[in-house]
Amino acid sequence: MKTLKKLSLLDLVKKNSVPLLFLILGLLGWMASGQPLPMLLQEVIYRLSRNLILVLSLIVPITAGMGLNFALVIGAMAGQFGLVFIKALNMGGVGGVGMSMLFALPLAILFGIGCGAILNRAKGKEMITGLILGFFANGLYQLVLLAGVGTIIPIKNPEIVLAAGVGLRNSMELNLINYSLDRLIPFKVIINNWPVWVPIATFMLIGLIAFAIHFLQRTKLGQNFRAVGQDKHISEVAGIHVDRTRMIAMIISTVLAAWGQIIFMQNIGKMQTYFSHEQVGLFSAAAILIGGATITKANFGNAIVGTLLFHLLFIVSPLAGKNLFGDAQIGEYFRSFIAYGVIAVAIVMYAMKKARADKAESADSMVE
Amino acid sequence: MTMQNPLKLVGKAWAGSVDRFGYPKVIIFLFLILLSVLAIGQGQSMPGFIKDTLLRTSMIGVLTLAMVPGIVSGIGLNFGVSIGILAGLLAGCIGVEAGWKGVGGLFLTILVAIPLSTIVGMAYGWLLNKVKGDEMTVSTYIGFSMVSLMCIFWLILPFKSPTMIWAIGGKGLRNTIALDNTFGQVMDKALHLNFFGQQLPIGSLLWFGFLCLMMWLFLRTKLGVTMSAAGDNPRFAAAIGINVDRQRMLGTTLSTVLGAVGMLSYAHGYGFFQLYVGPLYMPFIPVAAILIGGATMRRVTISHVISGTILMQALLIIALPVISKLVPDGAFSEVIRIIVSNGVILYALTRSGGNK
Amino acid sequence: MEKVLEMRQISKDYSGNKVLKGVNLSVRAGEIHALVGENGAGKSTLMNVLFGMPVIHSTGGYQGDILINGAVTEIKSPKVAMDCGIGMVHQEFMLLPNFTVAENIKLNREPLKDNPLSKIAGSSLKTVDRAKMVSDSRKALDSLGIGIDDGALVSGMPVGHMQFVEIAREIDKENLKVLVFDEPTAVLTESEADVLLDAVKRLAARGIGILFITHRLDEVFTVADSITVLRDGEQIASMARKDTTIVEIAKLMVGHTVEACERCGNKTDENTPLAISMKNFSVAMPGERVRGLNLDVRKGEIIGIGGLAGQGKIGVANGLMGMFPAQGEVLLHGEPLKLNDPLGSIQRKMAFVSEDRRGVGLLLDVSIETNIVIAAMQVWNRYLNPFLGLRMTDQKAIRAHALEMIKLFDIRCIGPGQHTRRLSGGNQQKVCIARALALDPTVLLVSEPTRGIDIGAKKLVLDFLVKLNEEQGMTIVITSSELAELRSVCDRIAIVYGGKTMGIYKPDDPDEVFGLAMAGTDPEIGRGK
Repeated sequence: MKTLKKLSLLDLVKKNSVPLLFLILGLLGWMASGQPLPMLLQEVIYRLSRNLILVLSLIVPITAGMGLNFALVIGAMAGQFGLVFIKALNMGGVGGVGMSMLFALPLAILFGIGCGAILNRAKGKEMITGLILGFFANGLYQLVLLAGVGTIIPIKNPEIVLAAGVGLRNSMELNLINYSLDRLIPFKVIINNWPVWVPIATFMLIGLIAFAIHFLQRTKLGQNFRAVGQDKHISEVAGIHVDRTRMIAMIISTVLAAWGQIIFMQNIGKMQTYFSHEQVGLFSAAAILIGGATITKANFGNAIVGTLLFHLLFIVSPLAGKNLFGDAQIGEYFRSFIAYGVIAVAIVMYAMKKARADKAESADSMVE
Repeated sequence: MTMQNPLKLVGKAWAGSVDRFGYPKVIIFLFLILLSVLAIGQGQSMPGFIKDTLLRTSMIGVLTLAMVPGIVSGIGLNFGVSIGILAGLLAGCIGVEAGWKGVGGLFLTILVAIPLSTIVGMAYGWLLNKVKGDEMTVSTYIGFSMVSLMCIFWLILPFKSPTMIWAIGGKGLRNTIALDNTFGQVMDKALHLNFFGQQLPIGSLLWFGFLCLMMWLFLRTKLGVTMSAAGDNPRFAAAIGINVDRQRMLGTTLSTVLGAVGMLSYAHGYGFFQLYVGPLYMPFIPVAAILIGGATMRRVTISHVISGTILMQALLIIALPVISKLVPDGAFSEVIRIIVSNGVILYALTRSGGNK
Repeated sequence: MEKVLEMRQISKDYSGNKVLKGVNLSVRAGEIHALVGENGAGKSTLMNVLFGMPVIHSTGGYQGDILINGAVTEIKSPKVAMDCGIGMVHQEFMLLPNFTVAENIKLNREPLKDNPLSKIAGSSLKTVDRAKMVSDSRKALDSLGIGIDDGALVSGMPVGHMQFVEIAREIDKENLKVLVFDEPTAVLTESEADVLLDAVKRLAARGIGILFITHRLDEVFTVADSITVLRDGEQIASMARKDTTIVEIAKLMVGHTVEACERCGNKTDENTPLAISMKNFSVAMPGERVRGLNLDVRKGEIIGIGGLAGQGKIGVANGLMGMFPAQGEVLLHGEPLKLNDPLGSIQRKMAFVSEDRRGVGLLLDVSIETNIVIAAMQVWNRYLNPFLGLRMTDQKAIRAHALEMIKLFDIRCIGPGQHTRRLSGGNQQKVCIARALALDPTVLLVSEPTRGIDIGAKKLVLDFLVKLNEEQGMTIVITSSELAELRSVCDRIAIVYGGKTMGIYKPDDPDEVFGLAMAGTDPEIGRGK
């Protein structure tokens, strides 16, 4: 008994008001920046290809009712361990990328189990706990790479290890794998005499991962994610292992984040050993929200549109800031305000809705 | 038998102290003792440590105190104290611009900070009343976004004082603003004590002590008791005629005002303002300190404030030279700060169980 | 017909407190068996045993045998119960709002089909077979004779439909032998309830044994084939419906022999001035809704408010005190009372001892002395001591008053500084009463005064209330689930049913009067039958 709803324009605008707002903002910013189209296009395409897996990794925990996974940084750390691994062995090319993903996999699973266990102890406070967990893990990560390398972990490669033989250098060249996946299938479009590279292979990998998530959502496990995401108690009564389901969601998210970070670094070509992962959670969360997702609902469309719009804004704001206010810094601060602000607004809206629902439950209308 | 007894005793003492003070405090205390022993073994200057610890305590102390009204009124750990911190910074800039100097200048600045932080604190309190149950997540991100929003304002605010704007080129206020010509450490210059060649910051310690005493008194007034009841059990409070939302708003505002005063006290001891992203992670320091002191998300006393601040600062101060002597390379003290402070917060978040 | 379920000599105790005493119960295929009893009669415990709930097994299990289709079965967990073919329609719905009807019916029992990956990675990666999910659900819904759209989301559905989704979920389980309905009509409108009762009959006709838990005796006599009455954990009677009457069942349900309260009932009459007068009084207290109730409380009496759980008796006092949104016309000592204003109610000299002692009644991590004085401090500015212009608490006066109360009530504690969390239930209740008295009330509202406290403390609390009434002339409103307790101390007893006053009775009225009134049948009509 499905009636086709008339798609009124107003409804469409209302439903997509957040992405539309950012589309307008991005376009205005682009006009102000005066950036040539091909350059912008290249940047947007690269940023889409290198960020999308990280953003996709947020979907499963949102479905499972755990909110925005700010512990994404922990997955990114696993990815960076993978990169350190291939760097230590001097592996390169697509094989190197593959090896680092393979090496990061067990680590990410392990980290995911840890995150899941901790978040299961903090039900209802997953987001703040995930954030703090990310900070905490960052401390451990630095400890391991500063004190563990050269002592417990036998890495000798002087290119990445500090002169004293202990601890990793601050930055790490990844030229051996730079663009190795992006340009595996070389393809470029010439626009106004500008070559615009399209990373076909990377997009194929993203497509594969998206398909895997889509497949997962249609399985029994996916159904369990949705059930647990709606109501832990009812799911438990129905016999679903709530804690285990939530843990699996975290593992999937962490593994995808690890791989996402590797793909990201593959495109950038240089890793800031101690900082490259820090903003991963912030930017990915902001992106998916700008795409129209909420704390409780997210899909592929949100991820793709959001990544596109967020990074469009990201690219144009410094130049726009410079042209409009005579200072590129304003644009930079503006974009980080957008990132934090959009998350804050989403969380406030979610919390208000929840608080209102609680109140309504305790005092629904007097008249029945 | 004879072997078991001392072990049992240790076990009993352990269980007893953990029960009384909580894991974080006991573990940090033991860790501190270990580091102190190492430091003495290494021949480090203990009076120096003591002076640094007291100085840092007097700097952070008021911010830690700002956590108290938040916990008491029931909003939990105020991760959004950065809103107060920003108000304090803005008042500070106004003070520097006006050229206020000395102890009088400092207190004049605080007088400016109070109405500023009251206004934003009330708005913030109003918002927190709309998001009951998720205060901590909300306040963290509200704090983050306010800090990044203020970054833009620091660039465009029309301050003119040469100590605050760039000498050549550059736009807006500097990242770091020195206070040595205005009110940096003025209380300690006025009042200090020599201790084995170290100058102890008596002036600012007295200031911290005075505010602690005020808070202690406040908690024993009718209003303090009312606020505690509202935070401890909102349904009980409502049943005896307390307007819970008003108490929470009051607590949040008080916390924000103390955050502003705390920021100025911090800058006073430090001798600098740090603008832009400087305040971004600042709330995590007092949050960790008060948890180390033994507070929970629902209960706190003034002794938690004092002991937590001292313990945390002592640990960080003593860890730096001791560890850098053990492992010469690397930024370990920062790593320890990250692990300790976030570890303590994480412990508090997971300990109170899954529900609610 | 064969017995699908038989429970033999089921007993259960919680740390020595016997809540089920050798109950026998059997349900035949196609039979509708009603289980009736007051709150606390043991109905829920019996059902928890039947479902193997963790609360039973974590407290030492049960004694007796459960036979399914004649074979002794040990039901260790809800999963086992389900596998044995026992289903339950819960009082609170176990439905996910953003799942479709079909998804809810098949929750965690989704039909699955293989895919290449699931063969390697296990069954949790099997694809959910949506087509079969819909067709199965359709079948279950159709067999109930209900035209609910299987693709619709549950959120926003009328309550009656939700209940049918719940039922459809149970009958979709292929091996279903016994279906338990727990107060199924409590949330339904009258016409919805009729549809439901029809469906229940239809299910029975298919050979499913039905266990029907309810307090609505008229319903029992409409659908049930046989009736079992529980009281205080004992099986009082089991009989066929045709062999009994509604009056007899009502009498059996209440059935306490009460010593006549000699001093009761003579203090007041129609001419006594009113302390409280409620007209068309409604309170939106979830689960205890008051719907347009009329009730007068006479000055200087002890009035009891009784009734079954969920009928609204608890809501009355909560509404008067502004704890939940209320509307209607209330006069206190002849003057209108401003509703929804807790402070105002206290200032008008009403004091309240809440039924939710630990949730509303106490600050658990605060000292006894603060708990006792805090309300008086808050409302009347007592126990304060000006200091430098601040209203500081007067620790000396607080301590003195607390010690006096501890002595008066015999509160067993380490000292006035002890936190209330570790006190026993009885001592906690005494602290609550002490706090209410510190407010100097003229009207005292006490809800569930003896719930969860030991016998000695029970007597002390009730005696004290009587003493307050007799010596100080204080008007006292006691709300209680324990009818016997009300009959032993009250001058008059109002029974609340469906959020309204069913009637006001004398404590020495016959048992069946109370039984019928509590079950929603006017005793005059019920007895007239």
